[in-house]
Amino acid sequence: MSDFLSESFFHNFNIQENIQEETGNLVSYIKGNVINPIFPDFPMELGTVLAMLVCAGIFVAVVPLLPLVLVLAERKVAARFQNRTGPMRVGPWGTLQTLADGIKLIFKEDFIPQQGDKLLFRLAPYIMFACSFAVFAAIPFGQNILVSDFNIGIFYIMAISSVIVMGVIMAGWSSNSKWSLLGSLRSAAQIVSYEIPLGLSILTVIMLVESLGMREIVENQSGGIFTWLIFRTPFTFIAFFVFFISAIAEVNRTPFDLPEAESEIVAGFHTEYSGMRFALFFIAEYANMFAVSAIGVTLFLGGYEGILPGYDFLGGLPGFVLKTLGLVFVMMWLRWTLPRLRVDQLMNLCWKYFIPISFFNILGTGIWGLIFKDDDVWSMGISCAIIYVCLIGVYAVAGRNLARRPEPQTSSA
Amino acid sequence: MEELSLKTFVFYGFALITIASAFAVVSVRNIVHAAFALMVTLFGVAGLYVFLQADFLAATQVIVYVGGILVLILFGVMMTSGRLEMRIHIQRGQLLLGGGISLALLMLLLTVIANTPKWENLTDDGTQLQPTTERIGKLILDGKFLLPFEVASVLLLVALIGAALISRKEIRD
Repeated sequence: MSDFLSESFFHNFNIQENIQEETGNLVSYIKGNVINPIFPDFPMELGTVLAMLVCAGIFVAVVPLLPLVLVLAERKVAARFQNRTGPMRVGPWGTLQTLADGIKLIFKEDFIPQQGDKLLFRLAPYIMFACSFAVFAAIPFGQNILVSDFNIGIFYIMAISSVIVMGVIMAGWSSNSKWSLLGSLRSAAQIVSYEIPLGLSILTVIMLVESLGMREIVENQSGGIFTWLIFRTPFTFIAFFVFFISAIAEVNRTPFDLPEAESEIVAGFHTEYSGMRFALFFIAEYANMFAVSAIGVTLFLGGYEGILPGYDFLGGLPGFVLKTLGLVFVMMWLRWTLPRLRVDQLMNLCWKYFIPISFFNILGTGIWGLIFKDDDVWSMGISCAIIYVCLIGVYAVAGRNLARRPEPQTSSA
Repeated sequence: MEELSLKTFVFYGFALITIASAFAVVSVRNIVHAAFALMVTLFGVAGLYVFLQADFLAATQVIVYVGGILVLILFGVMMTSGRLEMRIHIQRGQLLLGGGISLALLMLLLTVIANTPKWENLTDDGTQLQPTTERIGKLILDGKFLLPFEVASVLLLVALIGAALISRKEIRD
């Protein structure tokens, strides 16, 4: 029995590992430059496992720092939008405010509802936390700054991020509170619905690149800003906006923050959470926000490739982070500008607008791919021209309509 | 054997997780606990798929079963009862029927295992790992599996229209 396992099953796995070691990813880099010199007599496999653990350690250490920066940024942005100064007391210009809040959360009492399901209540934050971290394994932050280059990269990310909803449901149900249950039901309905336009928009990119691997998707956009997939066809231009709006809905942010609508259901699925468990939800939320923006940058905005071709300062990491933070800023901007949608508006937007638009995009991208068999200057020029003309048209029509009505009515979508 | 020990370890880890959580699914009385145990089982099976080089299948497993069907199951449970204690009561007739069916399945599997000659020669024909997505796509669209694929999609379309019809009637009432 054990012979059959080791000989047939694992031989294949061995081949897979050898292939992965040839490509330059973070695991092989750490293994070659850190693990092997320090522990030269380690067996091969143990070294790989150690390198994987080091990679995981880097992300577990770095990603919780993101909320530290992003929460402060969010509060400062909100303050600017509302003509305030935001946190100013702790540290210079209030820069240490989040740190103080974090320390406060650690020391707060960890409260578990007496009537709740204690096991699931304890487990739920970890599931969300783990899933939002697992997404980072496949995101290419720069040339060779990539933990693992799966050949199903983007599909893996979709699979893992679809599990986050299980954590939300678990938290809402185990709290044994009406607010939590309602919040988690809303969240489940919302995430499951918006996964469809999200996936379909990603499909347009996959159709053009003809690969699911994240590295190949980025390398496909290496020729400067006009080869970025958002400008490659007019349809991917639309798909980017569908993707981005659906992504905002996926991470439960305003205008789609029905699962945690304060005025209706207190705090939604994490109403009963306090202290460090609440902080885990908070970290997961901001990590998700960053991850979703990073995926958007990778798929549509050139990933770590720069505006000009042949730019590779630090493997493109600064450019990638800048673009991602730009999208994160847009999310914050929308949060403090738009009011919350109603449930029926939310579902209308998804099922009646986004899903038909996404199917139109897929059809259009397919036809575009048949007309322009290879990507050359012609197809890019025509695509950019069409996008430009359409944008001017939309601006003219929308501008005239807005000018006609001094107080624009809230549309049903 | 020695250098393969780690993979053996990981494989047995996945197998253990799958079997233990599957046992929890059928033995736990609380239906929500059973559903969450099922999530672990499905993850374990996805891990086993990765061992079989079926990476696309593994991700599909997680997307469809964990992200879709399991969420629907939990949704149904939560919608129908807000109570925390959802206990399953088993009647004797169900026990007999279920036991009979599982026994038949066990016999079937055992005969298949016993009648498969030479497990050692199953794989290892020297092929390297290839992306399975391309092959799956070609098999589906090249005509070999086109009909089953289309039948499945028509089935899903029928289910979709049926769901829309049912939910629409409720609004009219």
